[in-house]
Amino acid sequence: MPTTAFLTDSTLCIGCKACEVACKEYNQVPADGYEWSGRSYDNTLQLGHSTWRHVAFLEMDTAFGIGGNSGEQISWSFVSDVCKHCEHAGCLEACPTGSIMRTEFATVYVQPDICNGCGYCVVGCPFGVIDRRPDDGRAFKCTFCYDRQLAGEQPACAKVCPTNSILFGELDDLRARADRRIDELHARGVEDAVLYDPRDTSVGGIHAMFIVRGDPEAYNLPAKPEVPTIYLRDAWRSAAAAAFFAIGGTALAFLARAHNSVGRQPPAVLRQSAVGGKRAAADRLRLPDANRQPPIDAHGETGDDRNLL
Amino acid sequence: MTATYYDVPLLKAPVWTWEVPLYMFVGGAAGGAAVIGSIAKWAGADGTLARDAKWIAAAGGPASAALLTADLGRPERFLNMLRVFKPQSAMSVGSWTLAAFSASSTAALMPRFSAIGAPTSAALGAGMLTYTGVLIGATAIPVWNENVRVLPIHFAASGIASAAALLTLMGHDEPALNDIAIGAATLETLVGADIERRESPALAPLRTGTSGWVIRVGGVLSGPVPLLMRTATRKRSWRTLASVTAIAGALLTRMGWIAAGRASAHQKLSSAREPQQPVAKSA
Repeated sequence: MPTTAFLTDSTLCIGCKACEVACKEYNQVPADGYEWSGRSYDNTLQLGHSTWRHVAFLEMDTAFGIGGNSGEQISWSFVSDVCKHCEHAGCLEACPTGSIMRTEFATVYVQPDICNGCGYCVVGCPFGVIDRRPDDGRAFKCTFCYDRQLAGEQPACAKVCPTNSILFGELDDLRARADRRIDELHARGVEDAVLYDPRDTSVGGIHAMFIVRGDPEAYNLPAKPEVPTIYLRDAWRSAAAAAFFAIGGTALAFLARAHNSVGRQPPAVLRQSAVGGKRAAADRLRLPDANRQPPIDAHGETGDDRNLL
Repeated sequence: MTATYYDVPLLKAPVWTWEVPLYMFVGGAAGGAAVIGSIAKWAGADGTLARDAKWIAAAGGPASAALLTADLGRPERFLNMLRVFKPQSAMSVGSWTLAAFSASSTAALMPRFSAIGAPTSAALGAGMLTYTGVLIGATAIPVWNENVRVLPIHFAASGIASAAALLTLMGHDEPALNDIAIGAATLETLVGADIERRESPALAPLRTGTSGWVIRVGGVLSGPVPLLMRTATRKRSWRTLASVTAIAGALLTRMGWIAAGRASAHQKLSSAREPQQPVAKSA
């Protein structure tokens, strides 16, 4: 099966939101309420459990290649955001149930019949895409229209896009096409056009690339997304050291105290190693007697063995 | 125009509610109790101490599982946690650790299986003490992943301190228990000092807002306060009081860390200049 991808070219986007609507309708994603954000014509604001395509509306000064005839008017820049379907996907690595899987198209898919809503993928995603739907309890994000792809169809958003701002195809083809498009835009004087595909970070590239103008961070595309598994080595090393100290420290405390406080008798383990054989076994059998002495309060006002450890 | 899109947070906040920090406390205390109980028995210390510690461990396992299940979006699917084993997912490793820990600490109580159960539950208890630090450290949340080295040590120290404190409150007053509590409180003090010393914008949720207050108060209650109470005086009542503050501190710091994660996801941490224009200047 081919590795499929999206290339979303913001310079072609007209902000019609047909992709948002087609995604919602085709995938039967619940409504996310009539809330007016006051942020340009964008009332969804971000990707989430019930928004798998999101068209951002950026208001800015008029600039070459972006609408507006008068210097006093603002102009709009639009970009249709979507799950990045990372090469090294934080959500997929985090998922403890195996619900999130890599499909034969190399896309990242949440199997809704397996997800138990633990929420660990939510903090695993460096792009803030996946989220848990409160009234459902499971995590949701773009499926890359897995079912449509299996049937040989392109995803609903790409199918419906009237300007071909959303392109669907094979990853390598789209990467080559993106490079050509950037060259073309630069040649036309759109010098701030950039391809967003963080291949130089631990994410290792994304299967939903974007062509945007200016700083990708203005579109909430992070400059240096990292897959959280890169922190595991340090974390487990630290955990191993902590576990070692916890066990070692506890053993030290009991051995030192046993040696000095329990009736001046060496602890069972020391006696055992020192004598060995049958006598050790006999000692071990007698051990409860040694411990059945009245409890010793080494912290008593006269206790003096507090300084021994 | 600002550096992020209309100041909409880039990251999604953790969805975990109070069950998760409470689990981190219960699981940590149970893990610590398993370590203390098994080693106390092995070293030939007072038998009732080992027995009580093993009971804390055995009770803490199922309680932890119940809390974690309650936090799931689909609690009826809790068994899916054991559907696969994924070393790269700290949540998967943790689920298996908790399951095996619960089984072995129950076995440790049965005379027939205690020879295998006790050491196994102690080893897995050390995992219970530390893995929660890995769990939240290896995420995309900046305030957590910037503390990825500190968190397992911090959680291990306050976990074993909680176990020692619970045993103290149950009437045990062995010097070894006091030594363990002093060692843990010392580590907690050092961890707190290390966090306060470091400079990074991502650490703001540990210093400001509700999460900052909760973490700082919790850190003082689990570090310097019990350390002073246990070293400055030899009165038993002070050790009891130190145990109460250590438990309160462990609970508060864990709630603080989860709250800090929420604040961190919504914090603006852009590397871009601001204010700035995404596209060109005025025509």
